[in-house]
Amino acid sequence: MIVSYEIPLLLLVLVTAGGAILVKDLMSSVLLLGSYSFFLSLAWAWLGAVDVAFVEAVVGAGLATVLFLLTLFGTNPKDTRLRRPPLSLATLIIFPLLGFLLLYAASDLPVYLDPNSPASVHISPTYLEQSYQDTHTPNVVTSVLMDYRSLDTMVETVVIFAAGIACALLLRRDAS
Amino acid sequence: MKIFLLYILVLLAILLGVYLYRVLQGPTIFDRVLGLNGISTKAIILLIVMGIYFERVDMFVDISTGYALLNLVGALAVAKYLERKGVP
Repeated sequence: MIVSYEIPLLLLVLVTAGGAILVKDLMSSVLLLGSYSFFLSLAWAWLGAVDVAFVEAVVGAGLATVLFLLTLFGTNPKDTRLRRPPLSLATLIIFPLLGFLLLYAASDLPVYLDPNSPASVHISPTYLEQSYQDTHTPNVVTSVLMDYRSLDTMVETVVIFAAGIACALLLRRDAS
Repeated sequence: MKIFLLYILVLLAILLGVYLYRVLQGPTIFDRVLGLNGISTKAIILLIVMGIYFERVDMFVDISTGYALLNLVGALAVAKYLERKGVP
């Protein structure tokens, strides 16, 4: 039985996203962004993507909050008051059009949990049947990430490492 | 049993909404921090109830433990920030 429990979760996501934009000072915006990514991870967990939910909870809600706070350490506290320009006409036209286009494209997506959708007939059965014999890893997602696509994952790790070094160089205390 | 768990999930979502009102509306920064901590505790419970609903508690306990640990780090970072910069 599929219950559409994701609707209240997505409502909470919408409320936090709107609040993070509309709230006055940056500190509250950072806190609201943390709760935003946590509600998003609850939605992922409800849809069955447990690994994505784990990454969203750890990186989005935990690490991003700390990184935003480190950025706030480096800024002037007098800059925390934002002044927003009024909405231009192009914004009012383009963004509803973009939303309409996305909704129109979403009507072509396969039905949720459809066993005949292209994503679940192309290569997923091969992974599900042979990944344990090939890699001896009980978790299929781990074997795809770390074995079948290990070069991809390695280069991603290099990118994240370089970003971490850049953050450490930018945010270090002035030791000079 | 599934219906019962679903009612619990909906009730927890409503409770999350109540905390969210405090985070959005809170006059001082401490209201927001406390609301965020309340949201995280409710959400940890919600993840575990979700795991019982799907009968895969072992995977969901991992997420909720990781989130609880990192939420502690986030709360400490907020406290450090407020100590260093002063209350706005």
